[in-house]
Amino acid sequence: MYKKVKKVKCRRKKLFKFHKVNRSFSGNLVLVLILGTASLFMALPLYYTVIQSIKPLNELWIFPPKFYVQNPTFKNFSELFTLMGNSRVPFLRYIFNTLFITVSGTFFQVILSSMCAYPLAKHRFPGSRHIFKVIVLSLMFSPAVTGIPNYLILAKLGWIDTYLAILVPILGSTLGLYLMKQFMEQIHDSILESAKIDGANEWMIFWRIVMPQVKAAWLTMIVFSVQGLWNIGPTIMIYSEQLKTLPYALSQIIAAGISRAGVASAVAVVMITAPLTVFVFTQSKVIETMSSSGIKE
Amino acid sequence: MSNIVKTIRKYKASYLFMSPFIIIFTVFTVTPVIIAIFFGFTQFNILQVPKFIGLENFRRLFFEDDIFLISIKNTFIFASITGPISYLLCLFIAWFINELPPKPRAVITLLFYTPSLAAGATTAIWLMIFSGDRYGLLNSLLISLGLLNTPIQWLVDLRYIKAAVIITVLWGSLGAGFLSFIAGFQTIDKSLYEAGAVDGIRNRYQELWHITLPSMRGQMMFSAIMSITASFAIGDVITALCGFPSSNYAAHTIMNHLMDYGTARFEMGYACAIASILFMIMIMLNKLAQKLISKVGD
Repeated sequence: MYKKVKKVKCRRKKLFKFHKVNRSFSGNLVLVLILGTASLFMALPLYYTVIQSIKPLNELWIFPPKFYVQNPTFKNFSELFTLMGNSRVPFLRYIFNTLFITVSGTFFQVILSSMCAYPLAKHRFPGSRHIFKVIVLSLMFSPAVTGIPNYLILAKLGWIDTYLAILVPILGSTLGLYLMKQFMEQIHDSILESAKIDGANEWMIFWRIVMPQVKAAWLTMIVFSVQGLWNIGPTIMIYSEQLKTLPYALSQIIAAGISRAGVASAVAVVMITAPLTVFVFTQSKVIETMSSSGIKE
Repeated sequence: MSNIVKTIRKYKASYLFMSPFIIIFTVFTVTPVIIAIFFGFTQFNILQVPKFIGLENFRRLFFEDDIFLISIKNTFIFASITGPISYLLCLFIAWFINELPPKPRAVITLLFYTPSLAAGATTAIWLMIFSGDRYGLLNSLLISLGLLNTPIQWLVDLRYIKAAVIITVLWGSLGAGFLSFIAGFQTIDKSLYEAGAVDGIRNRYQELWHITLPSMRGQMMFSAIMSITASFAIGDVITALCGFPSSNYAAHTIMNHLMDYGTARFEMGYACAIASILFMIMIMLNKLAQKLISKVGD
Protein backbone atom coordinates (compact mmCIF):
# COMPACT_ATOMS: atom_id res chain seq x y z
CA MET A 1 0.00 0.00 0.00
CA TYR A 2 2.70 2.41 0.99
CA LYS A 3 4.69 1.53 -2.11
CA LYS A 4 1.79 2.30 -4.37
CA VAL A 5 1.35 5.76 -2.94
CA LYS A 6 5.01 6.43 -3.41
CA LYS A 7 4.83 5.34 -7.03
CA VAL A 8 1.97 7.68 -7.75
CA LYS A 9 3.85 10.51 -6.11
CA CYS A 10 6.86 9.75 -8.23
CA ARG A 11 4.82 9.89 -11.39
CA ARG A 12 3.25 13.15 -10.32
CA LYS A 13 6.65 14.61 -9.86
CA LYS A 14 7.68 13.55 -13.32
CA LEU A 15 4.54 14.96 -14.87
CA PHE A 16 4.98 18.28 -13.13
CA LYS A 17 8.68 18.72 -12.90
CA PHE A 18 8.07 22.44 -12.71
CA HIS A 19 6.59 22.05 -9.25
CA LYS A 20 7.54 25.16 -7.32
CA VAL A 21 6.63 26.39 -3.88
CA ASN A 22 2.93 26.75 -3.17
CA ARG A 23 1.58 24.62 -6.02
CA SER A 24 -1.18 22.04 -5.63
CA PHE A 25 -1.46 19.00 -7.89
CA SER A 26 -5.19 19.48 -8.56
CA GLY A 27 -4.61 23.11 -9.49
CA ASN A 28 -1.95 22.13 -11.98
CA LEU A 29 -4.18 19.47 -13.48
CA VAL A 30 -7.06 21.91 -14.03
CA LEU A 31 -4.66 24.36 -15.64
CA VAL A 32 -3.28 21.80 -18.07
CA LEU A 33 -6.78 20.70 -19.03
CA ILE A 34 -8.08 24.23 -19.60
CA LEU A 35 -5.05 25.36 -21.58
CA GLY A 36 -4.93 22.15 -23.61
CA THR A 37 -8.50 22.35 -24.86
CA ALA A 38 -8.48 26.10 -25.36
CA SER A 39 -5.22 26.05 -27.29
CA LEU A 40 -6.57 23.47 -29.75
CA PHE A 41 -9.41 25.84 -30.48
CA MET A 42 -7.07 28.81 -30.74
CA ALA A 43 -4.86 26.96 -33.20
CA LEU A 44 -7.70 26.67 -35.72
CA PRO A 45 -6.73 29.71 -37.84
CA LEU A 46 -3.22 28.39 -38.32
CA TYR A 47 -4.40 24.87 -39.03
CA TYR A 48 -7.02 26.19 -41.43
CA THR A 49 -4.49 28.34 -43.32
CA VAL A 50 -2.22 25.35 -43.85
CA ILE A 51 -4.99 22.91 -44.74
CA GLN A 52 -6.49 25.31 -47.31
CA SER A 53 -3.15 25.63 -49.08
CA ILE A 54 -2.86 21.91 -49.81
CA LYS A 55 -6.44 21.52 -51.08
CA PRO A 56 -6.93 21.03 -54.81
CA LEU A 57 -9.14 23.68 -56.42
CA ASN A 58 -12.30 21.55 -56.45
CA GLU A 59 -12.02 20.94 -52.70
CA LEU A 60 -11.43 24.62 -52.00
CA TRP A 61 -14.90 25.35 -53.33
CA ILE A 62 -16.76 22.71 -51.35
CA PHE A 63 -19.45 24.37 -49.31
CA PRO A 64 -19.50 24.38 -46.34
CA PRO A 65 -15.67 24.34 -46.19
CA LYS A 66 -14.11 21.20 -44.74
CA PHE A 67 -11.47 21.10 -42.06
CA TYR A 68 -9.65 18.22 -43.73
CA VAL A 69 -8.25 17.40 -47.20
CA GLN A 70 -9.15 14.39 -49.28
CA ASN A 71 -6.44 14.63 -51.92
CA PRO A 72 -3.65 16.79 -50.54
CA THR A 73 -1.57 18.46 -53.24
CA PHE A 74 1.26 20.96 -53.50
CA LYS A 75 -0.04 22.23 -56.81
CA ASN A 76 -1.01 25.57 -55.30
CA PHE A 77 2.59 26.18 -54.31
CA SER A 78 4.08 25.06 -57.62
CA GLU A 79 1.61 27.28 -59.43
CA LEU A 80 2.60 30.18 -57.18
CA PHE A 81 6.28 29.66 -58.04
CA THR A 82 5.49 29.55 -61.75
CA LEU A 83 3.57 32.82 -61.47
CA MET A 84 6.45 34.35 -59.51
CA GLY A 85 8.68 33.59 -62.50
CA ASN A 86 6.43 35.65 -64.76
CA SER A 87 6.73 38.96 -62.96
CA ARG A 88 7.96 42.08 -64.74
CA VAL A 89 10.66 42.67 -62.14
CA PRO A 90 12.59 39.54 -61.05
CA PHE A 91 10.62 38.15 -58.14
CA LEU A 92 13.70 37.90 -55.97
CA ARG A 93 13.72 41.67 -55.94
CA TYR A 94 10.38 41.82 -54.07
CA ILE A 95 11.64 39.24 -51.61
CA PHE A 96 14.84 41.20 -51.13
CA ASN A 97 12.91 44.44 -50.56
CA THR A 98 10.74 42.93 -47.88
CA LEU A 99 13.66 41.13 -46.24
CA PHE A 100 15.71 44.31 -46.27
CA ILE A 101 12.91 46.38 -44.77
CA THR A 102 12.10 43.75 -42.17
CA VAL A 103 15.66 43.11 -41.02
CA SER A 104 17.00 46.65 -41.00
CA GLY A 105 13.71 48.09 -39.74
CA THR A 106 13.57 45.66 -36.83
CA PHE A 107 17.22 46.23 -36.00
CA PHE A 108 17.00 50.01 -35.88
CA GLN A 109 13.61 49.99 -34.22
CA VAL A 110 14.89 47.88 -31.34
CA ILE A 111 18.13 49.86 -30.95
CA LEU A 112 16.66 53.35 -31.20
CA SER A 113 13.66 52.58 -28.99
CA SER A 114 15.82 50.92 -26.33
CA MET A 115 18.28 53.80 -26.37
CA CYS A 116 15.45 56.25 -25.83
CA ALA A 117 13.75 54.07 -23.22
CA TYR A 118 16.83 53.78 -21.02
CA PRO A 119 17.13 57.42 -19.88
CA LEU A 120 13.35 57.72 -19.65
CA ALA A 121 13.26 54.76 -17.28
CA LYS A 122 16.42 55.29 -15.28
CA HIS A 123 17.59 58.90 -15.44
CA ARG A 124 16.00 61.85 -13.71
CA PHE A 125 16.29 64.87 -15.96
CA PRO A 126 14.16 67.88 -16.78
CA GLY A 127 11.43 67.10 -19.29
CA SER A 128 11.55 63.32 -18.97
CA ARG A 129 8.01 62.99 -17.69
CA HIS A 130 6.57 65.27 -20.36
CA ILE A 131 8.39 63.44 -23.14
CA PHE A 132 7.11 60.14 -21.85
CA LYS A 133 3.56 61.47 -21.66
CA VAL A 134 3.67 62.56 -25.29
CA ILE A 135 5.02 59.13 -26.27
CA VAL A 136 2.16 57.31 -24.54
CA LEU A 137 -0.42 59.71 -25.97
CA SER A 138 0.85 59.12 -29.48
CA LEU A 139 -0.16 55.47 -29.13
CA MET A 140 -3.77 56.51 -28.93
CA PHE A 141 -4.15 58.64 -32.02
CA SER A 142 -5.75 56.75 -34.86
CA PRO A 143 -3.14 56.13 -37.58
CA ALA A 144 -5.96 56.07 -40.14
CA VAL A 145 -5.86 59.86 -40.56
CA THR A 146 -2.13 60.53 -40.28
CA GLY A 147 -1.39 59.08 -43.72
CA ILE A 148 -1.85 62.35 -45.59
CA PRO A 149 0.21 64.50 -43.20
CA ASN A 150 2.90 61.85 -43.37
CA TYR A 151 2.89 61.94 -47.14
CA LEU A 152 3.23 65.73 -47.10
CA ILE A 153 6.25 65.53 -44.80
CA LEU A 154 7.95 62.82 -46.84
CA ALA A 155 7.31 64.80 -50.02
CA LYS A 156 8.90 67.90 -48.43
CA LEU A 157 11.96 65.81 -47.58
CA GLY A 158 12.06 64.39 -51.11
CA TRP A 159 11.91 60.85 -49.81
CA ILE A 160 8.89 59.67 -51.79
CA ASP A 161 9.68 56.56 -53.79
CA THR A 162 12.75 55.59 -51.75
CA TYR A 163 13.29 52.97 -49.07
CA LEU A 164 13.50 55.83 -46.58
CA ALA A 165 9.81 56.60 -47.04
CA ILE A 166 8.91 53.19 -45.63
CA LEU A 167 11.74 52.68 -43.17
CA VAL A 168 12.20 55.95 -41.32
CA PRO A 169 8.62 56.80 -40.22
CA ILE A 170 8.33 53.33 -38.73
CA LEU A 171 11.32 54.00 -36.49
CA GLY A 172 9.26 56.69 -34.78
CA SER A 173 6.55 54.29 -33.62
CA THR A 174 6.26 54.15 -29.88
CA LEU A 175 4.82 50.75 -29.01
CA GLY A 176 8.21 49.08 -28.57
CA LEU A 177 9.68 52.02 -26.72
CA TYR A 178 6.85 51.96 -24.23
CA LEU A 179 7.35 48.23 -23.70
CA MET A 180 11.10 48.60 -23.20
CA LYS A 181 10.66 51.47 -20.76
CA GLN A 182 8.22 49.53 -18.62
CA PHE A 183 10.68 46.64 -18.33
CA MET A 184 13.74 48.82 -17.73
CA GLU A 185 12.01 50.47 -14.80
CA GLN A 186 12.14 47.15 -12.95
CA ILE A 187 15.94 47.13 -12.94
CA HIS A 188 17.25 48.09 -9.53
CA ASP A 189 19.12 51.38 -9.37
CA SER A 190 21.73 49.79 -7.11
CA ILE A 191 23.18 47.71 -9.98
CA LEU A 192 23.51 50.76 -12.20
CA GLU A 193 25.12 52.75 -9.41
CA SER A 194 27.63 50.05 -8.57
CA ALA A 195 28.55 49.83 -12.24
CA LYS A 196 29.09 53.57 -12.27
CA ILE A 197 31.33 53.32 -9.24
CA ASP A 198 33.30 50.63 -11.06
CA GLY A 199 33.96 53.19 -13.78
CA ALA A 200 31.46 52.15 -16.46
CA ASN A 201 30.16 54.96 -18.64
CA GLU A 202 26.51 55.26 -19.64
CA TRP A 203 27.08 53.55 -22.96
CA MET A 204 28.63 50.49 -21.27
CA ILE A 205 25.90 50.37 -18.63
CA PHE A 206 23.29 50.42 -21.36
CA TRP A 207 24.86 47.61 -23.40
CA ARG A 208 26.35 45.39 -20.70
CA ILE A 209 23.83 45.71 -17.89
CA VAL A 210 20.50 47.14 -19.00
CA MET A 211 20.01 45.33 -22.30
CA PRO A 212 20.87 41.82 -21.02
CA GLN A 213 18.48 42.32 -18.10
CA VAL A 214 15.54 43.19 -20.35
CA LYS A 215 16.25 40.51 -22.94
CA ALA A 216 12.69 39.19 -22.67
CA ALA A 217 11.37 42.65 -23.57
CA TRP A 218 13.42 43.23 -26.72
CA LEU A 219 12.83 39.68 -27.89
CA THR A 220 9.11 40.43 -27.61
CA MET A 221 9.61 43.71 -29.42
CA ILE A 222 11.29 41.85 -32.29
CA VAL A 223 8.08 39.84 -32.75
CA PHE A 224 5.97 42.99 -33.12
CA SER A 225 8.46 44.65 -35.45
CA VAL A 226 8.88 41.69 -37.76
CA GLN A 227 5.15 41.09 -37.88
CA GLY A 228 4.48 44.70 -38.82
CA LEU A 229 7.31 45.16 -41.30
CA TRP A 230 6.94 41.83 -43.08
CA ASN A 231 3.31 42.65 -43.87
CA ILE A 232 3.90 46.12 -45.34
CA GLY A 233 1.92 46.02 -48.55
CA PRO A 234 1.10 48.50 -51.28
CA THR A 235 1.68 52.08 -50.17
CA ILE A 236 1.24 55.47 -51.79
CA MET A 237 4.83 56.33 -50.83
CA ILE A 238 6.34 53.96 -53.43
CA TYR A 239 5.65 53.78 -57.15
CA SER A 240 8.80 52.26 -58.68
CA GLU A 241 8.17 48.60 -59.36
CA GLN A 242 11.64 47.53 -58.19
CA LEU A 243 11.08 49.07 -54.75
CA LYS A 244 7.77 47.35 -54.06
CA THR A 245 7.37 44.72 -51.40
CA LEU A 246 6.56 41.04 -51.33
CA PRO A 247 3.01 41.44 -49.95
CA TYR A 248 2.34 43.88 -52.80
CA ALA A 249 3.64 41.43 -55.42
CA LEU A 250 1.70 38.55 -53.93
CA SER A 251 -1.48 40.61 -53.77
CA GLN A 252 -1.02 41.34 -57.48
CA ILE A 253 -0.72 37.63 -58.26
CA ILE A 254 -3.91 36.74 -56.45
CA ALA A 255 -5.83 39.78 -57.67
CA ALA A 256 -7.27 37.65 -60.49
CA GLY A 257 -9.86 36.38 -58.00
CA ILE A 258 -11.58 33.03 -58.14
CA SER A 259 -9.27 31.45 -60.71
CA ARG A 260 -6.32 32.13 -58.39
CA ALA A 261 -8.02 30.93 -55.20
CA GLY A 262 -5.62 28.01 -54.89
CA VAL A 263 -2.60 30.26 -55.27
CA ALA A 264 -4.11 32.69 -52.78
CA SER A 265 -4.25 29.96 -50.16
CA ALA A 266 -0.56 29.20 -50.80
CA VAL A 267 0.24 32.91 -50.49
CA ALA A 268 -1.42 33.00 -47.07
CA VAL A 269 1.03 30.32 -45.93
CA VAL A 270 4.04 32.11 -47.42
CA MET A 271 3.04 35.35 -45.68
CA ILE A 272 2.74 33.71 -42.29
CA THR A 273 6.00 31.73 -42.33
CA ALA A 274 8.44 34.53 -41.49
CA PRO A 275 6.54 36.01 -38.53
CA LEU A 276 5.84 32.49 -37.30
CA THR A 277 9.49 31.42 -37.45
CA VAL A 278 10.62 34.57 -35.69
CA PHE A 279 7.94 34.10 -33.07
CA VAL A 280 8.96 30.52 -32.31
CA PHE A 281 12.64 31.47 -32.15
CA THR A 282 12.23 34.52 -29.91
CA GLN A 283 9.68 32.93 -27.59
CA SER A 284 11.92 29.95 -26.94
CA LYS A 285 14.63 32.47 -25.99
CA VAL A 286 12.21 34.42 -23.80
CA ILE A 287 11.55 31.26 -21.87
CA GLU A 288 15.27 30.59 -21.54
CA THR A 289 15.65 33.89 -19.73
CA MET A 290 13.59 32.34 -16.98
CA SER A 291 16.43 30.01 -16.03
CA SER A 292 18.56 33.06 -15.27
CA SER A 293 15.75 33.84 -12.80
CA GLY A 294 14.71 37.33 -13.67
CA ILE A 295 15.81 40.80 -12.76
CA LYS A 296 17.88 40.64 -9.61
CA GLU A 297 19.25 43.01 -7.09
CA MET B 1 19.01 80.85 -22.07
CA SER B 2 22.27 79.98 -20.37
CA ASN B 3 20.19 77.96 -17.93
CA ILE B 4 18.93 75.74 -20.74
CA VAL B 5 22.44 75.24 -22.06
CA LYS B 6 23.57 74.31 -18.57
CA THR B 7 20.83 71.71 -18.10
CA ILE B 8 21.49 70.19 -21.49
CA ARG B 9 25.16 69.94 -20.68
CA LYS B 10 24.50 68.43 -17.30
CA TYR B 11 22.23 65.71 -18.70
CA LYS B 12 24.11 65.36 -21.94
CA ALA B 13 24.19 61.56 -21.84
CA SER B 14 20.43 61.25 -21.36
CA TYR B 15 19.63 63.61 -24.20
CA LEU B 16 22.16 61.99 -26.50
CA PHE B 17 20.65 58.56 -25.93
CA MET B 18 17.22 59.87 -26.73
CA SER B 19 17.95 62.19 -29.62
CA PRO B 20 17.88 59.75 -32.60
CA PHE B 21 14.49 58.41 -31.62
CA ILE B 22 13.05 61.74 -30.51
CA ILE B 23 13.97 63.44 -33.80
CA ILE B 24 12.29 60.76 -35.90
CA PHE B 25 9.38 60.59 -33.48
CA THR B 26 8.83 64.35 -33.63
CA VAL B 27 8.98 64.54 -37.41
CA PHE B 28 7.03 61.41 -38.32
CA THR B 29 4.69 60.80 -35.39
CA VAL B 30 4.00 64.04 -33.51
CA THR B 31 3.87 66.40 -36.48
CA PRO B 32 1.40 64.26 -38.48
CA VAL B 33 -0.85 64.01 -35.43
CA ILE B 34 -0.78 67.77 -34.94
CA ILE B 35 -1.52 68.36 -38.63
CA ALA B 36 -4.37 65.83 -38.47
CA ILE B 37 -5.87 67.56 -35.42
CA PHE B 38 -5.63 70.86 -37.30
CA PHE B 39 -7.42 69.28 -40.29
CA GLY B 40 -10.26 68.56 -37.87
CA PHE B 41 -11.03 72.29 -37.86
CA THR B 42 -11.09 72.53 -41.63
CA GLN B 43 -13.06 71.46 -44.60
CA PHE B 44 -10.62 69.29 -46.53
CA ASN B 45 -11.39 67.00 -49.45
CA ILE B 46 -7.75 65.98 -50.08
CA LEU B 47 -7.72 67.61 -53.54
CA GLN B 48 -8.22 71.24 -52.56
CA VAL B 49 -6.45 73.33 -49.95
CA PRO B 50 -8.05 72.87 -46.50
CA LYS B 51 -10.44 75.68 -45.56
CA PHE B 52 -10.59 76.70 -41.92
CA ILE B 53 -14.13 76.41 -40.55
CA GLY B 54 -13.59 76.44 -36.79
CA LEU B 55 -15.76 74.08 -34.79
CA GLU B 56 -18.20 73.40 -37.63
CA ASN B 57 -17.13 69.73 -38.00
CA PHE B 58 -17.68 69.08 -34.31
CA ARG B 59 -21.03 70.86 -34.34
CA ARG B 60 -22.12 68.72 -37.27
CA LEU B 61 -20.92 65.56 -35.52
CA PHE B 62 -22.85 66.10 -32.33
CA PHE B 63 -25.96 67.90 -33.57
CA GLU B 64 -26.61 66.66 -37.09
CA ASP B 65 -24.96 63.28 -37.49
CA ASP B 66 -27.30 60.73 -35.92
CA ILE B 67 -25.15 57.87 -37.11
CA PHE B 68 -22.15 59.27 -35.27
CA LEU B 69 -24.12 59.27 -32.02
CA ILE B 70 -25.08 55.64 -32.68
CA SER B 71 -21.42 54.87 -33.36
CA ILE B 72 -20.37 56.40 -30.02
CA LYS B 73 -22.92 54.29 -28.21
CA ASN B 74 -21.82 51.13 -30.03
CA THR B 75 -18.14 51.86 -29.49
CA PHE B 76 -18.70 52.21 -25.76
CA ILE B 77 -20.71 48.99 -25.66
CA PHE B 78 -18.00 47.08 -27.52
CA ALA B 79 -15.14 48.68 -25.63
CA SER B 80 -16.63 48.28 -22.17
CA ILE B 81 -17.06 44.56 -22.79
CA THR B 82 -14.05 43.63 -24.92
CA GLY B 83 -11.58 45.97 -23.18
CA PRO B 84 -11.75 44.58 -19.63
CA ILE B 85 -12.35 40.97 -20.73
CA SER B 86 -9.49 40.97 -23.21
CA TYR B 87 -7.25 42.52 -20.56
CA LEU B 88 -8.11 39.82 -18.03
CA LEU B 89 -7.73 37.13 -20.69
CA CYS B 90 -4.24 38.39 -21.54
CA LEU B 91 -3.26 38.44 -17.88
CA PHE B 92 -4.73 35.14 -16.79
CA ILE B 93 -3.83 33.09 -19.84
CA ALA B 94 -0.27 34.40 -19.60
CA TRP B 95 -0.29 33.49 -15.93
CA PHE B 96 -1.68 30.01 -16.62
CA ILE B 97 0.94 29.47 -19.29
CA ASN B 98 3.63 30.60 -16.91
CA GLU B 99 2.63 27.76 -14.59
CA LEU B 100 3.52 25.20 -17.25
CA PRO B 101 6.96 23.62 -17.67
CA PRO B 102 9.17 25.53 -20.17
CA LYS B 103 8.86 23.24 -23.22
CA PRO B 104 5.07 23.07 -23.54
CA ARG B 105 4.99 26.73 -22.54
CA ALA B 106 6.56 27.83 -25.82
CA VAL B 107 4.14 25.74 -27.86
CA ILE B 108 1.03 26.88 -25.99
CA THR B 109 2.11 30.53 -26.24
CA LEU B 110 2.38 30.10 -29.99
CA LEU B 111 -1.05 28.50 -30.25
CA PHE B 112 -2.71 31.27 -28.26
CA TYR B 113 -0.96 33.93 -30.34
CA THR B 114 -1.91 32.43 -33.72
CA PRO B 115 -5.14 34.42 -34.12
CA SER B 116 -2.94 37.54 -34.05
CA LEU B 117 -0.46 36.05 -36.50
CA ALA B 118 -3.04 34.69 -38.95
CA ALA B 119 -5.62 37.45 -38.67
CA GLY B 120 -7.06 36.83 -42.14
CA ALA B 121 -7.75 33.18 -41.48
CA THR B 122 -9.29 34.06 -38.12
CA THR B 123 -11.98 36.17 -39.75
CA ALA B 124 -12.57 33.49 -42.38
CA ILE B 125 -13.17 30.91 -39.67
CA TRP B 126 -15.63 33.09 -37.78
CA LEU B 127 -17.48 33.80 -41.01
CA MET B 128 -17.86 30.03 -41.39
CA ILE B 129 -19.04 29.64 -37.81
CA PHE B 130 -21.57 32.47 -37.96
CA SER B 131 -22.68 31.81 -41.52
CA GLY B 132 -26.41 32.50 -41.71
CA ASP B 133 -27.56 29.42 -43.65
CA ARG B 134 -28.10 25.86 -42.48
CA TYR B 135 -24.49 24.97 -43.24
CA GLY B 136 -22.98 27.61 -40.98
CA LEU B 137 -21.10 25.71 -38.28
CA LEU B 138 -23.04 27.20 -35.38
CA ASN B 139 -26.42 26.82 -37.10
CA SER B 140 -25.81 23.25 -38.21
CA LEU B 141 -24.65 22.32 -34.72
CA LEU B 142 -27.71 23.85 -33.06
CA ILE B 143 -30.07 22.31 -35.63
CA SER B 144 -28.57 18.85 -35.26
CA LEU B 145 -28.91 19.17 -31.49
CA GLY B 146 -32.56 20.05 -31.99
CA LEU B 147 -32.20 23.47 -30.38
CA LEU B 148 -33.11 25.33 -33.55
CA ASN B 149 -35.61 24.77 -36.32
CA THR B 150 -34.59 27.48 -38.73
CA PRO B 151 -31.08 28.89 -39.15
CA ILE B 152 -30.32 32.26 -37.55
CA GLN B 153 -28.62 35.10 -39.43
CA TRP B 154 -26.06 35.70 -36.72
CA LEU B 155 -24.31 38.55 -38.53
CA VAL B 156 -27.46 40.32 -39.71
CA ASP B 157 -30.01 39.79 -36.94
CA LEU B 158 -29.96 42.83 -34.67
CA ARG B 159 -30.24 40.65 -31.59
CA TYR B 160 -27.04 38.70 -32.23
CA ILE B 161 -24.81 40.93 -34.30
CA LYS B 162 -23.07 42.60 -31.34
CA ALA B 163 -22.43 39.32 -29.54
CA ALA B 164 -20.94 37.81 -32.71
CA VAL B 165 -18.58 40.76 -33.10
CA ILE B 166 -17.56 40.67 -29.44
CA ILE B 167 -16.73 36.96 -29.56
CA THR B 168 -14.63 37.40 -32.69
CA VAL B 169 -12.77 40.36 -31.23
CA LEU B 170 -12.04 38.59 -27.95
CA TRP B 171 -10.71 35.57 -29.81
CA GLY B 172 -8.11 37.72 -31.55
CA SER B 173 -7.31 39.92 -28.57
CA LEU B 174 -4.28 38.03 -27.25
CA GLY B 175 -1.76 40.33 -28.90
CA ALA B 176 0.89 42.73 -27.66
CA GLY B 177 -0.45 42.91 -24.11
CA PHE B 178 -0.46 39.13 -23.83
CA LEU B 179 3.16 38.81 -24.97
CA SER B 180 4.25 41.58 -22.62
CA PHE B 181 2.74 39.61 -19.73
CA ILE B 182 4.45 36.42 -20.91
CA ALA B 183 7.78 38.24 -20.95
CA GLY B 184 6.97 40.04 -17.71
CA PHE B 185 6.46 36.81 -15.80
CA GLN B 186 9.91 35.69 -16.88
CA THR B 187 11.66 38.73 -15.52
CA ILE B 188 10.35 38.53 -11.96
CA ASP B 189 13.00 37.85 -9.37
CA LYS B 190 12.34 34.22 -8.43
CA SER B 191 13.81 34.57 -4.95
CA LEU B 192 10.79 36.75 -4.08
CA TYR B 193 8.60 33.65 -4.22
CA GLU B 194 10.71 31.70 -1.79
CA ALA B 195 10.79 34.68 0.52
CA GLY B 196 7.02 34.93 0.15
CA ALA B 197 6.55 31.27 1.09
CA VAL B 198 8.53 31.88 4.25
CA ASP B 199 6.42 34.94 5.01
CA GLY B 200 3.24 32.87 4.95
CA ILE B 201 1.97 32.90 1.38
CA ARG B 202 0.10 29.62 1.06
CA ASN B 203 -1.13 29.24 -2.52
CA ARG B 204 -0.63 30.47 -6.05
CA TYR B 205 -3.47 33.01 -5.85
CA GLN B 206 -1.97 34.81 -2.88
CA GLU B 207 1.35 34.68 -4.68
CA LEU B 208 -0.19 36.30 -7.76
CA TRP B 209 -1.82 39.14 -5.83
CA HIS B 210 0.92 39.90 -3.33
CA ILE B 211 4.12 39.21 -5.27
CA THR B 212 3.65 38.77 -9.00
CA LEU B 213 1.23 41.57 -9.85
CA PRO B 214 2.87 44.30 -7.75
CA SER B 215 6.18 43.65 -9.48
CA MET B 216 4.50 43.74 -12.89
CA ARG B 217 2.81 47.15 -12.70
CA GLY B 218 4.76 48.26 -15.77
CA GLN B 219 3.49 45.41 -17.90
CA MET B 220 -0.02 45.88 -16.53
CA MET B 221 -0.03 49.52 -17.59
CA PHE B 222 1.34 48.66 -21.01
CA SER B 223 -1.26 45.99 -21.47
CA ALA B 224 -4.03 48.31 -20.30
CA ILE B 225 -3.13 50.86 -22.95
CA MET B 226 -3.05 48.11 -25.57
CA SER B 227 -6.53 46.98 -24.50
CA ILE B 228 -7.93 50.52 -24.50
CA THR B 229 -6.54 51.44 -27.91
CA ALA B 230 -7.56 48.11 -29.43
CA SER B 231 -11.08 48.04 -28.00
CA PHE B 232 -11.88 51.60 -29.07
CA ALA B 233 -10.43 51.05 -32.53
CA ILE B 234 -12.58 48.04 -33.40
CA GLY B 235 -13.65 48.58 -36.97
CA ASP B 236 -12.08 46.39 -39.65
CA VAL B 237 -13.34 43.21 -38.03
CA ILE B 238 -16.89 44.53 -38.17
CA THR B 239 -16.63 45.37 -41.86
CA ALA B 240 -15.15 41.93 -42.55
CA LEU B 241 -17.87 40.13 -40.58
CA CYS B 242 -21.01 42.17 -41.10
CA GLY B 243 -20.20 44.15 -44.23
CA PHE B 244 -20.46 47.92 -44.45
CA PRO B 245 -22.62 49.34 -43.15
CA SER B 246 -23.76 46.69 -40.71
CA SER B 247 -27.50 46.11 -40.73
CA ASN B 248 -29.27 49.20 -39.38
CA TYR B 249 -25.85 50.42 -38.13
CA ALA B 250 -26.21 47.99 -35.22
CA ALA B 251 -22.47 47.38 -35.05
CA HIS B 252 -21.31 50.72 -36.50
CA THR B 253 -18.37 52.08 -34.45
CA ILE B 254 -16.51 55.40 -34.34
CA MET B 255 -13.73 53.71 -36.30
CA ASN B 256 -16.16 52.60 -39.01
CA HIS B 257 -17.49 56.15 -39.18
CA LEU B 258 -13.97 57.52 -39.44
CA MET B 259 -13.01 55.13 -42.25
CA ASP B 260 -16.25 55.92 -44.06
CA TYR B 261 -15.52 59.65 -44.18
CA GLY B 262 -11.75 59.33 -44.55
CA THR B 263 -11.48 56.73 -47.31
CA ALA B 264 -14.87 56.56 -48.99
CA ARG B 265 -16.27 60.09 -48.91
CA PHE B 266 -12.96 61.97 -48.92
CA GLU B 267 -14.11 64.32 -46.19
CA MET B 268 -10.74 64.33 -44.49
CA GLY B 269 -11.51 67.30 -42.24
CA TYR B 270 -14.56 65.53 -40.86
CA ALA B 271 -12.61 62.26 -40.46
CA CYS B 272 -9.87 64.08 -38.54
CA ALA B 273 -12.47 65.63 -36.23
CA ILE B 274 -13.75 62.10 -35.51
CA ALA B 275 -10.18 60.93 -34.84
CA SER B 276 -9.69 63.81 -32.39
CA ILE B 277 -12.80 62.85 -30.45
CA LEU B 278 -11.66 59.23 -30.30
CA PHE B 279 -8.29 60.48 -29.08
CA MET B 280 -9.90 62.47 -26.25
CA ILE B 281 -11.94 59.45 -25.15
CA MET B 282 -8.85 57.25 -25.01
CA ILE B 283 -6.88 59.82 -23.01
CA MET B 284 -9.58 59.93 -20.37
CA LEU B 285 -9.73 56.16 -20.11
CA ASN B 286 -5.97 55.95 -19.88
CA LYS B 287 -6.16 58.20 -16.80
CA LEU B 288 -8.75 55.89 -15.30
CA ALA B 289 -6.65 52.79 -15.98
CA GLN B 290 -3.63 54.41 -14.33
CA LYS B 291 -5.67 55.04 -11.16
CA LEU B 292 -6.94 51.46 -11.04
CA ILE B 293 -3.56 49.85 -11.59
CA SER B 294 -1.88 51.90 -8.86
CA LYS B 295 -4.25 50.13 -6.43
CA VAL B 296 -3.07 46.59 -7.32
CA GLY B 297 -1.56 44.60 -4.46
CA ASP B 298 -2.58 47.09 -1.76
